Amino acid sequence: MTIAIRATDLVKSYSPGLNALDGVSLEVSAGEVLVVMGPSGSGKSTLIRTFNGLETLDSGSLDVLGLRLDAAHEERQVRAIRERVGMVFQQFNLFPHLSILDNISLAPIKVQKRAKAAAEHLAIELLDQMGIREQAHKYPAQLSGGQQQRVAIARALALDPEVMLFDEPTSALDPERVKEVLDAMRQLAKGGMTMVVVTHELGFAREVADRVMFMDQGQVVETSDPQTFFTNAREERSRRFLSQMM
Amino acid sequence: MPQIFRRGRFWIQLGVVVALMAFGGLLINNITVNLIRTGLGLDFGWLWRPAGFALAETALPYAPTDSYAWALVIGWMNSLKVILVGLLLATMLGVAAGAARSSRNRLLRSLSGGYVALIRQVPLLLQLLFWYFVAFLGLPDTPVGGLIHFSNQGIRLLGLNLSVEFCSVLTGLVVFTGASIAEIVRGGINAVSLGQWEAFRSLGLLEGVGLRRIVLPQALPAILPALTSQFLNLAKNSTLAIAVGYADLYAVSDTTITQTGRAIEGFLLLLLSFLLLNLLISGGMALMNGAVLGRLQRSR
Repeated sequence: MTIAIRATDLVKSYSPGLNALDGVSLEVSAGEVLVVMGPSGSGKSTLIRTFNGLETLDSGSLDVLGLRLDAAHEERQVRAIRERVGMVFQQFNLFPHLSILDNISLAPIKVQKRAKAAAEHLAIELLDQMGIREQAHKYPAQLSGGQQQRVAIARALALDPEVMLFDEPTSALDPERVKEVLDAMRQLAKGGMTMVVVTHELGFAREVADRVMFMDQGQVVETSDPQTFFTNAREERSRRFLSQMM
Repeated sequence: MPQIFRRGRFWIQLGVVVALMAFGGLLINNITVNLIRTGLGLDFGWLWRPAGFALAETALPYAPTDSYAWALVIGWMNSLKVILVGLLLATMLGVAAGAARSSRNRLLRSLSGGYVALIRQVPLLLQLLFWYFVAFLGLPDTPVGGLIHFSNQGIRLLGLNLSVEFCSVLTGLVVFTGASIAEIVRGGINAVSLGQWEAFRSLGLLEGVGLRRIVLPQALPAILPALTSQFLNLAKNSTLAIAVGYADLYAVSDTTITQTGRAIEGFLLLLLSFLLLNLLISGGMALMNGAVLGRLQRSR
């Protein structure tokens, strides 16, 4: 099986003596859904943000889709990765001054040099897939949180990425809006998308994940299949975390 | 005694009103005294008499035999020329320098930071004199291609002859105002959330594209009001042109007043001209502000 992401000994520190990432190594296979869990401050968001170069590394090396990322952080290399790796944020980060259609078609037009009509056609198609086609000509603030996050997913998908990164995609949503976003992600997983998902949604992890990775204090505590992780976690720290969640 | 008179605030306000009236009375008294001394009443008849002085730079044909009024119009056009071109260039320089301060390139960051720090510490008048005496009058005779020709007579750009005086005033105003605009633009950019930068970067967009399409449009509502006052400053500061002998409205008015002795009429015209010009600038900016806010409203 091809490896989509290979991380070796990633170290990242924001303040001296405290490592947000403290020697993290992992592999994500193509087509796999990896769910990353852990208490806040465990480094899971930092980790996923290194995968598309939003965070730089202090040491260690990353191989994303055959492209190398290390402490040198070469600008062109980072952009090449970002064109093939989509990212969805906790706070959606839609562009508030652009219509939904423009939010989605901007990158295909500017990055892939697609014709405007083709890019907009694609945008409509993606919105349709997300079940919010009728919102195309509205602005982000006119949409509910769940709809906005689905637009954000469509925006990331517009570049036809090979990997999708989700950084706590449902944490900023009202409880009744969580399901529609998780459903969209489920759909994506079913289609064979390689996904790395940082989330606290146990149900989603249990049902969709191929593997669950548990992090604490910048280190990988354990990586197991969901069945093992949720019923018979190997590490004491994982079990304690799970007992607090449930 | 009614309640209102017992409040301290009332007496303070009364004091302010009395002081204002006294000051206004003093002004009116001075004007009246001056008018009596210069020969009874406002008189604009001198406007149609020949000016008798030459002007180095004229946008329209002008000779010393033309009237004072026409000389003032020529000065007014010279002012407009340097102000309008200045507004445009200062905005471009300010936006570029302001954006450079949030660049990831350290050299660009420190260059623009140094520019802003240096320019803001030195009085504009000194800067104008520097551009005039040191920079432009010191230009060696250098043709650059067939397009630009530098010399201490000025700059010839394509078919355009730009005088040393015009170049000095323009450069001084642009560099000085550009530094203030850069700070305003930087502030506006900083007000846009980091998530917007991360979002466009995650999509593989170039920094420049993201800045233009994502960040600056969102910074605009914070930038425009402060930009207006910088535009007004540039227009008002253009009167310093007299220091390097550029024949702007103020310089022509100054000569006119000296020759005719009609200080009150001269200054009234000058005040009205600048009032009108600045109202136009404010009005234009208010329209633009309204358009930007309107677009923002629609996206809410």
